[in-house]
Amino acid sequence: MAAETIHTSPRVHYINANYGWKSWLFTRDHKRIALLYLASVTLFFFLGGAYAVALRLELLTPQGDLVSAETYNKLFTAHGILMVFFFLIPAIPAVLGNFLVPLMIGARDLAFPRINLLSWYIYMVGGLFTLYALIAGGVDTGWTFYTPYSSAFSNTHVLAVGIGIFITGFSSILTGLNFIVTIHTMRAPGMTWFRLPLFIWSHYATSLIMILGTPVIAITVLLVALERILKIGLFDPALGGDPVLFQHLFWFYSHPAVYIMILPSMGVISELVSNMTRKQIFGYKFVAFASIAIAVFGFLVWGHHLFTSSQSIYAGMIFSILSYAVSVPSAIKVFNWTATLYKGSISYQTPMLYAFGFIGLFLIGGMTGLFLAALGLDVHVHDTYFVVAHFHYIMVGGTVMGYLGGMHYWWPKISGRMYPEGWGRFSALVIFVGFNLTFFPQFIAGYMGMPRRYYAYAPDFQVLNVMSTAGASILGVGYLIPMVYFIWSMRYGPVAAANPWPSPSLEWQTSSPPPTENFEETPIVTWEAYQFDEQMMASSQRSAVSDELPASG
Amino acid sequence: MLWQLPFLPVQASTFAGRVDTLFLFLVALTIVVSGGVAGLEFYFAVKYRRRTPDEVPPQVHGSMKLEVIWTVIPFIVAMGIFVWGASVYFTLYRAPKEALEIYVTGKQWMWRFQHPDGQREINELHVPVGRRVKLLMASEDVIHAFYVPAFRIKNDVVPGRYTTTWFEATKSGPFDLYCAEYCGTNHSGMIGKVHVMEPAEYQAWLSGGAVEGSLASRGEKLFQEQACITCHRADAQGRGPLLNGLFGSRVALQGGATVIADEAYIRESIVNPQAKIVAGFQPLMPTFQGRFTEERMLELIAYIKSLGAPPQAGTSGAGAQGAASGVATPRPSQTPK
Repeated sequence: MAAETIHTSPRVHYINANYGWKSWLFTRDHKRIALLYLASVTLFFFLGGAYAVALRLELLTPQGDLVSAETYNKLFTAHGILMVFFFLIPAIPAVLGNFLVPLMIGARDLAFPRINLLSWYIYMVGGLFTLYALIAGGVDTGWTFYTPYSSAFSNTHVLAVGIGIFITGFSSILTGLNFIVTIHTMRAPGMTWFRLPLFIWSHYATSLIMILGTPVIAITVLLVALERILKIGLFDPALGGDPVLFQHLFWFYSHPAVYIMILPSMGVISELVSNMTRKQIFGYKFVAFASIAIAVFGFLVWGHHLFTSSQSIYAGMIFSILSYAVSVPSAIKVFNWTATLYKGSISYQTPMLYAFGFIGLFLIGGMTGLFLAALGLDVHVHDTYFVVAHFHYIMVGGTVMGYLGGMHYWWPKISGRMYPEGWGRFSALVIFVGFNLTFFPQFIAGYMGMPRRYYAYAPDFQVLNVMSTAGASILGVGYLIPMVYFIWSMRYGPVAAANPWPSPSLEWQTSSPPPTENFEETPIVTWEAYQFDEQMMASSQRSAVSDELPASG
Repeated sequence: MLWQLPFLPVQASTFAGRVDTLFLFLVALTIVVSGGVAGLEFYFAVKYRRRTPDEVPPQVHGSMKLEVIWTVIPFIVAMGIFVWGASVYFTLYRAPKEALEIYVTGKQWMWRFQHPDGQREINELHVPVGRRVKLLMASEDVIHAFYVPAFRIKNDVVPGRYTTTWFEATKSGPFDLYCAEYCGTNHSGMIGKVHVMEPAEYQAWLSGGAVEGSLASRGEKLFQEQACITCHRADAQGRGPLLNGLFGSRVALQGGATVIADEAYIRESIVNPQAKIVAGFQPLMPTFQGRFTEERMLELIAYIKSLGAPPQAGTSGAGAQGAASGVATPRPSQTPK
């Protein structure tokens, strides 16, 4: 086989530095931990996806026929919990962030390598515990756990799943802490704050939310557990509690959590747009501070989930106006990405196609957010499929497109191999088409009045649901394609150069894959972020060095 | 409304047109903004496509002027939408003073309705066209949400408190009613119909069917069964405060605060009597939490609402019935905090 003959004179890098399961499970290398996370979040993504398949199949027909109502409720709960807590929140920070934060700032590793490994173990313990609870018994409260249903009425495994989420939260907190300390203290000489790639700025903003927001969801879960076990009256009105209090606490974390999902993706898109057009990002400082603004304002808008909850009209107005305020920095980013294209040298390689897909889907997701923040209009569309469509455009259209775009862009660095370009472009197209076919009809169904979390629905909505299910089948295939060719390329892909695109960013100034210590010697940064010029182009190692690793086959 | 677009649900309330106008404006805005950005990107992507592998384009770092423009304009537009959205919401939030008042109780997994004259319905609500209908809603168990897409109204029905919403139907016909807040196993089965009827038809419906007394008269029975009457005496000589003329009045509490006696206050005084003690009275009343259902609670409240001014009030069921069917509440009740 060609693969065997390649390793005639293997260069030592982080993957082949040592072998055996111990060298992975006890590693302190941020790059290896990133790969551990990659395997784990991929597992949870496809598990969550399997639940989605079951949901979409049930919804093919208006009447409930495939599964029972109780099972259906458990399915959408499991889908939400797995996707939100175990895929969307950790995906980009824990995989790409873990791999790239030290490389991009010129550091050897994160500030606390052992804590980094610990965060993965915490994630796995929480994840496997939750998974066991979901499969062994299941929980039927929805991922939102609204009280008093979750605290006093549901007979399912609320406690077990709550404990799983509680545990996993700590991995988020530790990752955020690690990033903040690393970005503050471990930047290479010359790497000033305004020379940082925007990926770093967005991860910094994300980390702030992780360490400030996650404790609140942990406390909230704990309070639900206390009410369930000890019958302390916190949320159940029969015990003197207030059920709406839970919603405030829940969304105080869970709305910023949406920014934990989307900010890192925006960071990826800034990198892709700049590098695929070979241009300095337009309005660097505005994009950087927009991330911080989103993180800060994002904490002040949770009440827009409660416009019909009997919250006071004054609270409603404040949350509405702040929600409109938080839309502005997102708009600024989109405009700056668009302006970056102007007079660029635009490549149509796979990462750029994903970036275009991100911008298109994020635009629709963001614009429909304006519908939902409008008090009088939200009354009609709240808790309908309009909301379901909106947040999938942001969380799947936004986050997953950015994640996959980033995976393609950095795959040569991560694996040392190129993915197949033709298949890459094809997958981007399939996912974009499948996604829109799945979720666009849900906007219409929602405005027509189809409530979410309905096991059986009025026959008028069937055509739209069939379209959704058809789209979901395409989308599912679209997600499988990259998984297959990424695995294929690890062995058979063309050997990647150190800096194939090329880019002035630090992670590309070391070999692919990088050595365990990241850089042969500490880099000294004398250039600006995204400084594309002839000198950079000339000095970049853009094709695989043949005497080192012959690209045979 | 004049227009009926295929992707809009039928408009059957005075509120629906206003919501749809805002919706269509936002759809147009979305098409302009998304189409504009996508069109520009497409144009750039074609015009500035990479022509040679080593190409380095001229660098542009940014433009303060453009940044200000695309920060300020979206902000102004966003604030405009905020004001528009809030003004639509105000209409719905402020329940009208003159309205037919119907009590709604959500229970896993059904809707129950109580009309002032005593008609009771499950999952079906009959209302007249062209008349304002105010709903006072309570839940027996978990949070539900009362949602009628054709009216564009939705409000959560929250256990432990009363919430309100209102509508004025403009079209007759049956319209779908959904529970919009996930409430457990049979959530999607918690559906019903709102039957909007022409006035004459509605009158016929009202007079048909056996009715065992008005809400207030049933409440009065409960008032006696539960022995409320022993303390809350009509001659103001009881150990509890006089209830005649209470509803809508301002009540002085111990400690100097005052409270408007609305439905929420009365309910609280029944389930949690120690929460607010009326000035000059002892905290003697036991809690009645869990002693009767929310539906019966509403009957009791209907009875207390029906009690007019002190002198002639309180004992005759016929008198109470007359007062209750008038349904003009002294002031719009507010959603409790």
